[in-house]
Amino acid sequence: MYDPTVARLTYRALLGRRRAAILFLLPGLLLIISAAVRAINGADDQVAADLLGGFGLATMVPLIGVIAGTGAIGPEIDDGSIVYLLSKPVKRSTIITTKLIVAIGVTMAFSAVPTLIAGFILNGNGQQVAVAYTVAALVASIAYSALFLLLGTVSRHAVVIGLVYALVWEALFGSLIAGARTLSVQQWALALAEKVTGEALISSDVALPTAVVLLVAVTLGATWFAGRKLRTLTLAGEE
Amino acid sequence: MSTPAPGAAPDTTRIHNIGYRSYDGPRLGRSYARRSLFLQSLRGAYGLGRSAKSKVLPMLLFAVMCVPALIIVAIAVYTKADKLFVEYTQYAVLLQLVIAVFLASQAPQSVSRDLRFRTVPLYFSRPIERVDYVLAKYGAMASALFVLTATPLLILWIGSMLAKMDFAEQAKLFGQGLVSVAVLSVLFGGVGLVMAALTPRRGFGVAAVIAVLTISYGAVSTLQGISYATENTDAIAWLGLFSPLTLVIGLQNAFLGAPASFPGEISVGTGAGVVYLVAVLGLVAACYGILMARYRKVGL
Repeated sequence: MYDPTVARLTYRALLGRRRAAILFLLPGLLLIISAAVRAINGADDQVAADLLGGFGLATMVPLIGVIAGTGAIGPEIDDGSIVYLLSKPVKRSTIITTKLIVAIGVTMAFSAVPTLIAGFILNGNGQQVAVAYTVAALVASIAYSALFLLLGTVSRHAVVIGLVYALVWEALFGSLIAGARTLSVQQWALALAEKVTGEALISSDVALPTAVVLLVAVTLGATWFAGRKLRTLTLAGEE
Repeated sequence: MSTPAPGAAPDTTRIHNIGYRSYDGPRLGRSYARRSLFLQSLRGAYGLGRSAKSKVLPMLLFAVMCVPALIIVAIAVYTKADKLFVEYTQYAVLLQLVIAVFLASQAPQSVSRDLRFRTVPLYFSRPIERVDYVLAKYGAMASALFVLTATPLLILWIGSMLAKMDFAEQAKLFGQGLVSVAVLSVLFGGVGLVMAALTPRRGFGVAAVIAVLTISYGAVSTLQGISYATENTDAIAWLGLFSPLTLVIGLQNAFLGAPASFPGEISVGTGAGVVYLVAVLGLVAACYGILMARYRKVGL
């Protein structure tokens, strides 16, 4: 189920050269903003929860998920070099799970770790806010990576579709239509965060059992379907 | 065997004139090549002249951009309102995500593919210079964005006349709206092309453009919200200098009669407005400079 060579190639594709710069940019910005807020404002649990929720979990985690999830497989399919990988005696499902594990690892490293540090900068983990959002970021990383890895195998416009989902569906429709929130990775992750810190600071619209079931279902379903899709992959030319 | 004496060979070799002619028709020259590149890039941004599949996304976004304007007009005509309930200058701000997605999907297709498939040297084998290539691509991206953002304003304006609103006032507001989206188009086009030209892989280019636009806006509005909540209102106008969209918002608030839309309705005064203007011009010049530097030695 795990192939170290595929993992090494994926890891290099994700973090090679300038690509890592985008990944470092976002967490860096979160830390700078947190430090600035702490300096101007002092420690405040509500401000910390708003910043980590609004900027961290709502914007940073999905964006890093998109970059890592689609970046793990998208460019290879795009330029056709995936055929060299597929022609090796490695099971397609192994390729997908390996790429997924790398994508999850990268997303977690670049989203959950900065969230934890930012939480400590903002209010020194008062009321467990930092830990709660770190748990949410960890869980969201898994679901986002699986989802966007699937998108990468399905469509050439995976990044655009992923961004539209992350920014338009979760942020815009989620704030306007209550029903959209039930179908949002962010809310499922928030349900876990709510469990950690209590309802005073973080509230989710989804009950915890529902959230856990949906998270597991989406992750496993997306991984299975991505593996299936890779078995019947046809390479298209550049438009 | 003795070598033939010099003078014996000449009658065996001959150059025939088989009628090749040099081209003596009109040479269309540099400005024609530049215009063609501009037109091709502009059409390409909407998928015209490309495959059917690549028309879907830009056309869809164009439709998404126009439909709210039609709805607003329909409501205004139906209720016989004396003013539109969305200002011309606010329209692009409300639909900023659509503009960002359009830019993110089209800026990389405009420049990244030329870089990745090394077709840039082919362009330069034509009578165009580096400055022509950059200007044509920049102009085409800005024009494509202008078409995207100005069309709904035109719909609103025509609708305002259908609803028998005051012509002179609506024309003035429409003009201000056009200037504002023109600034937005040039600014966003520059930022988008710079990000796309620096990342030849299409997927990463898309993500980089979106990240720069939405993250900077998200960060600035978060900071503005926090400074408003902590009654640190002086900082709000200055924080707006740090993201492309808030630059446009501040500029149109200072000079184009747009309502203050920063948190707490803090308005940008004329003094700060001049700083905004300088920042916008500086950013556009910087984008142009970076693109020129990027194409100085490319694909060689």
